Amino acid sequence: MTTHDHRTAEDAEALTARLTLDGVEVPFAPGETLLEVSRRHRKDVPTLCYDPRLDPFGGCRLCVVELEGSRNPVASCARAAEDGMVVRTTSETLEGYRKTLVEMVCSENRQVDVDPLSGYASQELRELADRYEARTGRFEGKRSGRSKQDDDNPFILRDYDQCISCYRCVRVCAEQEGDYAISVKGRGFDTQITVEFDGLLKDSACTFCGQCVQTCPTGALADRKALRHVDTPGEIEKTRTICTYCGVGCSVDVLTKGDTMVGVQPAMDGPANVGALCIKGQFAYDFVQHEERLKTPLVRGDDGELHPTTWEVALDKAAEGFVKARDEHGRHSIYAIASGRAPHEAAYTTQKFIRAGFWSNHVDNCSRA
Amino acid sequence: MSNPLVDMSKPDTIFCIGTNMTECHPVAATGIKKAVARGAKLIVADPRRIHLAEMAELYLPLRVGTDVALLLGMAHVIARDGLVDEAFVAERTRDAEEFLEHVEAFTPEWAEGICGVPAADIETAARWYAEADKGAIYYTLGITEHICGVDNVQSLCNLALMTGNIGREGTGINPMRGQNNIQGAGDAGALPNNYTGFQPVTDPENQAKFAKAYGHAVDLEKGMTKVTALELCGDAIRAMLIDGENTVVTDPDRKHCEHALRSLDHLVVIDIFLTETGKLADVVLPATAWAETDGVCTNTERRVQRLRAAVPPQGEARPDWWIVSEIAKRCGIPGFDYTSAQEVFDELCSLSATYNGLDWETIDRGEYQWPVPFKGHPGTPILHQGEFVNGRGLFKRIEYRDPAETVSEEYPVWLTTGRRLQSYHSRTQTGRSSGIDYLLPAETLEVHPDDVAAWGLVDGGRCRLSSPRGAVEITVRATRRSPRGTVFTSFSFDDTPVNFLTGSGYDPVTQTAELKVCPVRVEPLPERVSTSG
Ligand code: SF4
Ligand code: SF4
Ligand code: FES
Repeated sequence: MTTHDHRTAEDAEALTARLTLDGVEVPFAPGETLLEVSRRHRKDVPTLCYDPRLDPFGGCRLCVVELEGSRNPVASCARAAEDGMVVRTTSETLEGYRKTLVEMVCSENRQVDVDPLSGYASQELRELADRYEARTGRFEGKRSGRSKQDDDNPFILRDYDQCISCYRCVRVCAEQEGDYAISVKGRGFDTQITVEFDGLLKDSACTFCGQCVQTCPTGALADRKALRHVDTPGEIEKTRTICTYCGVGCSVDVLTKGDTMVGVQPAMDGPANVGALCIKGQFAYDFVQHEERLKTPLVRGDDGELHPTTWEVALDKAAEGFVKARDEHGRHSIYAIASGRAPHEAAYTTQKFIRAGFWSNHVDNCSRA
Repeated sequence: MSNPLVDMSKPDTIFCIGTNMTECHPVAATGIKKAVARGAKLIVADPRRIHLAEMAELYLPLRVGTDVALLLGMAHVIARDGLVDEAFVAERTRDAEEFLEHVEAFTPEWAEGICGVPAADIETAARWYAEADKGAIYYTLGITEHICGVDNVQSLCNLALMTGNIGREGTGINPMRGQNNIQGAGDAGALPNNYTGFQPVTDPENQAKFAKAYGHAVDLEKGMTKVTALELCGDAIRAMLIDGENTVVTDPDRKHCEHALRSLDHLVVIDIFLTETGKLADVVLPATAWAETDGVCTNTERRVQRLRAAVPPQGEARPDWWIVSEIAKRCGIPGFDYTSAQEVFDELCSLSATYNGLDWETIDRGEYQWPVPFKGHPGTPILHQGEFVNGRGLFKRIEYRDPAETVSEEYPVWLTTGRRLQSYHSRTQTGRSSGIDYLLPAETLEVHPDDVAAWGLVDGGRCRLSSPRGAVEITVRATRRSPRGTVFTSFSFDDTPVNFLTGSGYDPVTQTAELKVCPVRVEPLPERVSTSG
């Protein structure tokens, strides 16, 4: 029996627990998994069924590490770190084992190279295939899964030929969304991800939050709206911003190719949402580049209709009306309403326009309706 | 919100009232789902059997507009059963004695008579909330969009004060804001009673500060609210600037609103689409949209975050701050020589105590929740820790009042309105995003199946919905989400402009419109006869 077994729980808390990671002693926090400790120390342990936001699952076994005293390698994503452990994250045996696993997974899938527009995690399998040079077709043969191409919902492509049964979608739906819209049917090789009664997502509890799409590591579930832009020329660029809809203020990355908005992905490190989004933030973005956008200033002509004009003319006309009202009816005859949708700078300048311009407090915003 | 969003999974008892959170704030609702999975007790009070109600351990189906009665009943139970947090009340509050005496009259049986919730359930709710180590309250517009909106909020505050459920992790009074930057519009001073950072305009110190900043003495009185201004259009109010709001669709009583805007000598509208409101303007100016604009917004937990432009503007659209500044300069107003959003934001920070510790650079990663009174301050995730802003928490003696209009023989049914998950306000945005119509092709009126039968309606058929202000036609949907005698619809569709019907009154303090309650009549319409052959 080693000495630390005699310590009380508080003692153990007070002392920093340590383990040996690839020959170096490192501290860890209570509750950390071997994978978390390894990642914190920049060990490149591969994973497939792992999503840091979800409960440990331990299905794909790619994350295996060698643990002294244990006959078989252990799944590091599901194993809690313990004081005194001796862990190796890489070795010839481990790499060989991992390569075989990736080869098997790849051989079951129709396509490994899916477009990055498919979803946030969609490149994970592709990257592993590159890393392990796993496109050998060694296990070519029967393919699992079946695509559900008759689900014509405009948001989520369901291509189960690409499914590797990591259950990340099912788990994100249940654990993060609490929606339980999709579930696992069958066992082993016949396993399939399905919705109730094999039906359409529309008829299920699905809220089209897109979380399953964003966590899928193969593109089996993919962002159908973004994929409309596969052929749009240009590299995908990401710009971090905040969702424009409700007051939760979810962080998102806007995906662009050149000057075109091609999609939205959740920011996994967003302070208010930690990767979560709803249907509006995820899919309702294309109003921005909609053809009906107002593109020029308009002023009302003598015919009573609104006509396009230049900024100069429109701004002069706008200012003229306020000056006239002030001169004829006094400074209290002018009122401004600021937007609850536009940024601070819009509301700030609007209230300053009234306070610095007409010395009154005749300003409000739309929170009253 | 008094507490941060991450707190939502931490309470032992969660009391949600007037919030359809799973539809309006779905991401926030996931926190509550987690709390429930962890074993927290969820109490939901709502006239409709919404999704959240189905998750609840205790559902209180109150009649629309009777929240105060329910909350008084709960306060009565807490006082009667000795569940008051005496130490908290003694240390942190004022006027407790008067309040506790006041609630003696409001038994749960009295409350049941008004709000329709069984007295036994009111007792249970009161006990669960008061006995919780961490009890948290969440609410939305279902609480504020009433003539008694302020009374409703104050009644919730009373409950939190009695039980000490405030100023700690996993507790608090947490309104969920509906629009992405409605909090920020207030922070930025777009209010008739406050300068930036909620500094009252009636305080001489603030007046001096802004007179100096803006180079001219400002009025010593509050300005008019938007509601009053709309009343006085064409009379005392002659010219109006409206930025990014589709007033005629989102405000109650549409006819009145359209008439008001038409009576102005001069109306300037800034927006990203030519909205129904824009069509009434003399000048319409194209603003840059989300994803085209650099700027700042504040979320419902007071977190100050950066918006970043990802694509160039459509056409000649310009940022709102630029447009307003150009108009101001042409009116000869000094202080509008901004060259970037950053300059505007930094000026705002320098003028408000809540933002003094912030600037454009500091907020880059969205780590701060205001107040951040000085540079280096860590921000304030939880409000009212140790002390309330004004010293002690004040109990208020609230009385129940009926809604502005109540059901009558002519208008025997309650209409209540709200939002839907897939669409947003007047749909200027969601309506123009592809795919959304797949899920929500048109608006419906939700009616209890027994009422569908009793009123001679047909599920999926058309009906006429009328109030003293007008009538609309709409498709009927039978659902047990609606209680008997109450119907529901959203105000998102212009082809069923429900705000032709609503708008019967305003809260006397905040002038928030009574959008949630309106007596109506529901009549079947004959099926349209198909003439195709
Ligand atoms: S979109 Fe969201 S609710 Fe629908 S199946 Fe995926 S995770 Fe579940
Ligand atoms: S993604 Fe949904 S929940 Fe998040 S801010 Fe946008 S509208 Fe709100
Ligand atoms: S990542 Fe650990 S088992 Fe899949």
